[in-house]
Amino acid sequence: MDNAILPRNRDADIRQLERKADWIRLETIRLVEIAKSGHYSSVFSCAEMFAALYYHTLRLKPTEPGWADRDRFLLGKGHAAIGQYPILAELGYFPTDWLDTYTRLGSPLGDHPDMNKVPGCDFSSGSIGHNLSVGVGIALAAKMRRQDYLTWVMIGDGELAEGQVWEAAMAAAQYGLSNLIGIVDANGMGLDGDMPDVMGIEPVAAKFESFGWSTDEIDGHDMEAVIAAFDRAQAATRPHMIVARTKKGKGVGFMETTPYWHLGFLGPADKAMAVAEIQARIDA
Amino acid sequence: MTVTAPDSVLDPTSWNILTSMPKLSALTMSAELEALAATRDDIVVLTADLASSNGLDAFQRAYPDRFVNTGIAEQNMMSIAAGMASTGLIAFVSTFASFASLLCAEQLRTDLAYTKMKVRVLAHHAGISMGFYGTSHHAVEDIAVTRAMGNMTVVSACDGNAIRGLIRSTLDIDGPAYIRIGRGAEKPVYDTIPNFEHGRFVRLREGRDATLIATGIGVKAALDAALALEGDGLAVRVLDAAYIKPLDTDAILAAARETGAILTVEEHNPYGGLGSAVGEVLAEAGVGIRFAKKSLPDDYALVAPPTHLYRHYGLTGEGVATALKQLLAR
Repeated sequence: MDNAILPRNRDADIRQLERKADWIRLETIRLVEIAKSGHYSSVFSCAEMFAALYYHTLRLKPTEPGWADRDRFLLGKGHAAIGQYPILAELGYFPTDWLDTYTRLGSPLGDHPDMNKVPGCDFSSGSIGHNLSVGVGIALAAKMRRQDYLTWVMIGDGELAEGQVWEAAMAAAQYGLSNLIGIVDANGMGLDGDMPDVMGIEPVAAKFESFGWSTDEIDGHDMEAVIAAFDRAQAATRPHMIVARTKKGKGVGFMETTPYWHLGFLGPADKAMAVAEIQARIDA
Repeated sequence: MTVTAPDSVLDPTSWNILTSMPKLSALTMSAELEALAATRDDIVVLTADLASSNGLDAFQRAYPDRFVNTGIAEQNMMSIAAGMASTGLIAFVSTFASFASLLCAEQLRTDLAYTKMKVRVLAHHAGISMGFYGTSHHAVEDIAVTRAMGNMTVVSACDGNAIRGLIRSTLDIDGPAYIRIGRGAEKPVYDTIPNFEHGRFVRLREGRDATLIATGIGVKAALDAALALEGDGLAVRVLDAAYIKPLDTDAILAAARETGAILTVEEHNPYGGLGSAVGEVLAEAGVGIRFAKKSLPDDYALVAPPTHLYRHYGLTGEGVATALKQLLAR
């Protein structure tokens, strides 16, 4: 790796990004195999957005993870870190063989990301509902010090049940944080079932609008729409929330129909079926 | 700021938050932080709608661009401070100790301590210093809670000069610090700003007959007790446990060896606080001496003005002297 800065909004082919998203799904399946337990469907719902952020949108410097001017990305839904690790390794933040240690004794890579162990992880997460507040702090610091990095925070729609999210939403508007961009991975399911049954949260965009944010609502699996929304977000004059409508388990047919793949393990036959479905898209 | 002087008040006995602040001379946080901010640009201060109560509104007036008010959203404040610290700033967050340690325990643990953020928690109005405001505003579990968090430094100020000294001595510590502070009416223990050594007690009084290891308002009570017991021919050592974590194991074992009796004094539940910490050191070292804890009971305090409560629970010179005599009579 050279010392190059990966600039914001770099050229990327839509088809290539779609393949990256499916590669993230395959890597997730591979790593769950090591742990014998993992959050497949929580990654699958945001795989396109991970690909777009890391291979197009974010300004990064993988050779210097602590670079002060990097764009920040916080994963509020930390249980999707398993989909983030392969990307960070491929970009050169850490050796790819770290992935093979996933969740094993002493590994830097656990189910939830640890900023002090995982280069490229901008803040630890795991306790749902904290990271939008952390993002407010990082964005506030940028304003205070007149730095131009952007702070992106991805949260889940289940996460919106946490009151602290709305405390953060209020504060972001109060302090005019146009450098803060949120993404709700609205996959419509919590661990126990469909969001309206677990805890109704709609209309999400209208709620953030009423808290003083600008919003955008997209199909989170439509790569062109994702890229366009991410590009638009950077011109926002207020804190900006992208409500990405997604499907939990997207990309593997039998996972899309039930909330219970939030956590699980695929035995050999099911794994082969899932991999074949994903691989067929990559090869198409 | 929209607060203005109460120029329409006629009665000299009237008071309000603004006019009462000069009496709370031990709330020295703002003075110290203003001085710090004058020399370094990495200091930021946050509060949750309590700036007029903790005196940090003075900092806000001096450095409005380095001050953040989150409204009554303490958990949000802790996580925001963590985010700011992750960019290299040193964030001082301030709220009542009850909210800082209990409402925000998880943010302290997960966002500050686990991540080693340089956030200093100015946890004021600790213990039962809010008197008749009642249990919701009392913090008698905070030492136990914060001391059990990895990477967390826990210090406790006995007066206004100690607050300034502890802000200085913890400034460059890697990771967060919980700074336990009273209500601002504490009588002075230190004439000048002390130079606290990391992880060390301060020996305020020499003695070989017994040792009082005290923290917070307990320190003044211990000094008063030691002075009173002088008349009984007892020479009592007094240690200010300004640092509770890391704990001054050497000073504890020396006190055991040299004085043979230790009474801890703290405005805290009997479990998990300073007394428990000292007892652990003695037990693990296999030291069998006369040892007791002068604390609050394992209960919720009665309603009363703070000074009345301190008398009631014996956290005064007289109360501590009585407890020490009982210990020595064992």
